[in-house]
Amino acid sequence: MKEPAITPAIIAKHGITPEEFVRIQEILGRDPNFTELGIFSVMWSEHCSYKNSRPELKKFPTTGPSILVKAGEENAGVLDVGDGWAVAFKIESHNHPSAVEPFQGAATGVGGIIRDIFTMGARPVFLLDSLRFGPVDKGSPGAATNRHLFAGVVSGIAHYGNCIGLPTIGGETWFDETYAGNPLVNVFCLGVLRHDQIARGAAKGVGNPVFYVGAETGRDGLAGAAFASRELTEESKEDRPAVQVGDPFREKLLLEACLELLASGCVAGIQDMGAAGLTCSTCETASRGGSGIDVDLDLVPKREDGMTPYEILLSESQERMLVIVHRGQEDRVREIFDKWDLPHAQVGHVTDDGIMRIRAAGAVVAEIPASSLTDQAPVYHREAADWTPPTPLDISSVPMADLSAALTSLLAHPTLARKRWIWEQYDHMVRNGTVVAPGSDAAVFLARECGKFLAASVDGNGLITKLDPREGGRRCVAEAARNLACSGAVPLGATDNLNFGNPHKPEIFRQLRDSVEGIAEACRAFDTPVTGGNVSLYNENPTGPIDPTPVVAMVGLIENEAHITRQGFRGGGDAVWLLGDRDAGLDASQFLLIIHGRKEGRPPETDLGAEVLLQQTLLDAIRSGLIRSAHDCAEGGMAVALAECCISGDRPVGAKIELPDHQRREDEELFHEAPGRVIVSVDASSEAALAALCAQRGVPALRLGTTGGADLTIELRGREFQWDVEGLFVAWDSSLGDLMDAVAEPLAAH
Amino acid sequence: MKFAVLRFPGSNCDQDCLRTLRDNFGASADPVWHKETSVDGYDAILVPGGFSFGDYLRCGAIARYSPVMGAVTRAAARGVPVLGICNGFQILCEAGLLPGALVRNRGLHFICRPVHLRVTNTVNPFTRAAKEGQILRIPVAHGEGCYFADDATLDELEQKGRVAFRYCDENGAVTPAANPNGSVRNIAGILNQQGNVLGLMPHPERACEERLGSTDGTLFFTSLLGAGLASVS
Repeated sequence: MKEPAITPAIIAKHGITPEEFVRIQEILGRDPNFTELGIFSVMWSEHCSYKNSRPELKKFPTTGPSILVKAGEENAGVLDVGDGWAVAFKIESHNHPSAVEPFQGAATGVGGIIRDIFTMGARPVFLLDSLRFGPVDKGSPGAATNRHLFAGVVSGIAHYGNCIGLPTIGGETWFDETYAGNPLVNVFCLGVLRHDQIARGAAKGVGNPVFYVGAETGRDGLAGAAFASRELTEESKEDRPAVQVGDPFREKLLLEACLELLASGCVAGIQDMGAAGLTCSTCETASRGGSGIDVDLDLVPKREDGMTPYEILLSESQERMLVIVHRGQEDRVREIFDKWDLPHAQVGHVTDDGIMRIRAAGAVVAEIPASSLTDQAPVYHREAADWTPPTPLDISSVPMADLSAALTSLLAHPTLARKRWIWEQYDHMVRNGTVVAPGSDAAVFLARECGKFLAASVDGNGLITKLDPREGGRRCVAEAARNLACSGAVPLGATDNLNFGNPHKPEIFRQLRDSVEGIAEACRAFDTPVTGGNVSLYNENPTGPIDPTPVVAMVGLIENEAHITRQGFRGGGDAVWLLGDRDAGLDASQFLLIIHGRKEGRPPETDLGAEVLLQQTLLDAIRSGLIRSAHDCAEGGMAVALAECCISGDRPVGAKIELPDHQRREDEELFHEAPGRVIVSVDASSEAALAALCAQRGVPALRLGTTGGADLTIELRGREFQWDVEGLFVAWDSSLGDLMDAVAEPLAAH
Repeated sequence: MKFAVLRFPGSNCDQDCLRTLRDNFGASADPVWHKETSVDGYDAILVPGGFSFGDYLRCGAIARYSPVMGAVTRAAARGVPVLGICNGFQILCEAGLLPGALVRNRGLHFICRPVHLRVTNTVNPFTRAAKEGQILRIPVAHGEGCYFADDATLDELEQKGRVAFRYCDENGAVTPAANPNGSVRNIAGILNQQGNVLGLMPHPERACEERLGSTDGTLFFTSLLGAGLASVS
C-alpha cells in the first residue's frame, strides 16, 4: 500500500504547525512518514498532550496525606479512605462527539471513564454526570434540536451505565443558549480498591509480552482526539466517523476479565485504549516504564481487512486494553479472556531502547522515541487578555416582577426543575448502595466492598464563570464542598473538568487561567487535593465560544451512617435556621437570567475562610445529632432553597418563614445568590445547642421559622408571600418530563 | 438451604443477590457460571437481573441457549424453586419456563423507580410469608418490562391464580396510572403451572434494608428460607 507523501497541506490537515513539524524532524533526525505524522498528530493534540493547559494545571494542589496516586501519574488518582481501602475517581468529557452524535457520543464517554477507573485496579461502583444543553422549553430558538441532543445524551448514558450495571447516582443539568450546538457531557466514575490492588500503566520488564485484549479494532473513531481538539463548525457533522460506537456488553466483559486478570497477579502493567487508541497506550506505557515497546500490527484483532497501519494505530474503537504480562504467564491471560469470550492476542514485547516500534507486513512502519510523544509534546504559554471586572448590576434598571409567580417559574425552569426525567432513565439503584438517591445536595453511596459511606457532588456555574472566571472556579469548589457537608461528609478530594472555548483567543485563555486559579485557591482552602481531571477546549459553535464552564466533582467520606443528612424537611414542628447570613444583589443570579433574561452583574465573592468555618460547624452540628435536614442555598437563592426544602423530602412539608431584612428590594432579598449559606431544620430541643455552637465558632445563625402546614409562607418586612407546597411540588417535579414527553423526539434505537 | 445464583456474562445484579442472601439472611449462596451444565445440590435457583448477553436484540434470547439453562429446566421440573428477577424473568420466558414475553416499556424509556405491587398469590414458595392483597413497595429498573401474552394465556393465568403480582397505587388500587411499563392487566409477576417458578420485573433484593428505602423485599427470602412463617400462619 502506498502512503500519501508528506506535503505542507497534509501536515496542516493533521493540525501540526510548521514549528511543530521542525521539532518532529529534529526528534527523528529525518522526515516522518505518513503513519508517524498521524501518531504525532494525535499524541500532540490538546486532548492527549494538554499542550495549551499544562502550565495552568500545575497550579492545582495535588498532594495530601490521603493521596496514594497523584494527579497525572496514571489514568486516575487514588485516595485512601481508611482500613486499607482506597477510591479511584475521575471526571471526563465527551462534548464534541455528543454534539454530532448524542447517543453514541455520550455512551462512549461513559465507557471511557469507566475504563480509566478499572485500569487502576478498582471496581467501578458509581457514576455522576454534569450536562449542559441549549434551551429546551417551548418556543426557544432551536428547542427541537436541543431536545434531540438532550434526549439522545441521556439515553446514551442510560444505555451504557445500565447495561454495565453502574448506578448514576447524582449530577447536574443546566440549559442555556450558550450551549446550543455545543452541549457539555461530563461523566464521573468512582471505583473502590484495596491499597495493594493499585495497578500501574507502565511497560516494565524487558522481554515481557504485550497483549491486546478486548474488542477488535475497526475504522470507527479515526483520530477522535484530533477531532476533539478543534472548534465545532457547520461541517462537523461530516466528522461523524470520528465518533465511536459503544458496546457496553463488551465493556462489562472487559471489566470483569481485567479485574480477574489483575487479581491473578500476572499483570506488570495495564492501560486502556481511549483517545488515540493503540498509539497512546503503547507510547504512554513505554514512556512511563522508561522502556521501549515493539508491536506487530498484523497480530492485532481487526474487525475488517485491508486496514492500513495508520488506521489501526489511530482507530478509537472502544472496549480495548493493552496489558503487559509477566513472562511465563501468557497462558493465564488466554484462559481468563477465553472464559469471558473476548478476543486477545500477544502483539509484541517490552524492549529496553526507549523506542516505540511498530511493524506491519514484515516491515517497520513507525519508529519513534516513546517519550518524545508524551514528555516532549509542545507546551504553549498562551496569551491572556486583561480583565476588567464586570459592572455591578444597577438594580434600578430591573423592573419589579411578580415575585409570587417568579418562584413557581424558577422551580419549573428546566435548569432548576427536578431532574426525575433524567435519573429515572438511569438504573440509579443497582449495586444496592444508593442510600441518598439523586435529587439531594450530594448523593450518598454505601460501597459494600469496603463498608464505607461515600458522598459525591458535581457542580459548575457557567453564568458566574463567564462574569468572573476566578469566582466561578472558587464557587464550584465551595458549592461541591458545601453539598458534601450538608450530607454529613468530610470532603477528601476533587476532580475537575475544564470546559472552555478556543485557548488561542486571549480572552478565552484568560478565562481558563483565572478559573484554574480560583479552583486551586479553593481546593487549598478546603484541603481537597485535585486527583486528576480533564480539559475540553475548542467548545465553540458557529456563534461563538461557550460560557466558560469549569466543573468540579468532589468526593467525601461519611464516618458514621447516623450522620447521613438529606435536604428535605422531615415533618412539621421543626425549627428552620439559616447558617451563614450574607446579602448580595441579583448579580449573576438565576432569577435575573430566567425572569429578566439578563446575564450580568458582578457575582458576589466567595469568602473561603467563612465558607470553611461554616462547613466545619455544620459538620460538627450533624455529628452532634442536632440537624434534621440541611440544604445548600445556591441557584435561585433563598426562596428556591426554602421551596426545595419543603418539596424534596418524602412528603411535601410547609413552613412559615420570616426573612432577615438587609434593607434591599424584595426581589433581591428573596432571590440573590450570595454563597456560604445553608438552611437547616432542627428539633426544638436542639435549637439552643445549635445557637451556642454557631456563636462559639463565629458563624452567623438566624432562626427563620418553623416547618408545618400545607403552605410555604415567607414574611419580609411585614409583607407575606404564600405558596401552596403541593403546587410548588407539581411545578418542580413534572415540568421537565412534561416538556420532554409531550414533544416526542425520535430516540436513537438501542 | 443452598441457593444457586446464575451468572451470565452480562448479569449485573448477581452480586447484589449473593450479598443479600448471605449478609441479610445468612443463607448459603454460590454464583453459578452460565457455562455450567448442572445445578445439582442446590435447593433454590435465582436468575438475577442484568443484560445477560448485552440483550441488544431481545432480552434473554441468547441466554436461553446457555448450558446452565438446560440444568435449570430439569431442576424446575423436579420442583426446585426458581426465581427470575427482571432480566431473570425475561430469560425464563425466553426459555419457555414461563409463558408470555417482556417487551419495550410503554413510553420507550428505561424506568428506575420504586413501584407498588399487590400480592395476588400466597400459595407458592416465594410469597407464602405474605398476606393475600398485601401491598409491597419495591423498585423496578428496566427498559423492557412490559409483560405481554395473548388473551387465552392471560385468562388461564388469572383463572389458575398464576398472576403473582400486579402493579398498583400506594392504596392497592390496580389502575392504568400505577402501571409503569404498560404490562397487560398490570401484571408484574407470574408463576408456572406447578407454582415453583416465579418471574417478576421488580427487584426484591433492592428492598431488604431500611437504608435503601424499603424492606418489603425480605418476604421473598423469608418465604424461601421457611423463616417467619409461624407468625403468618
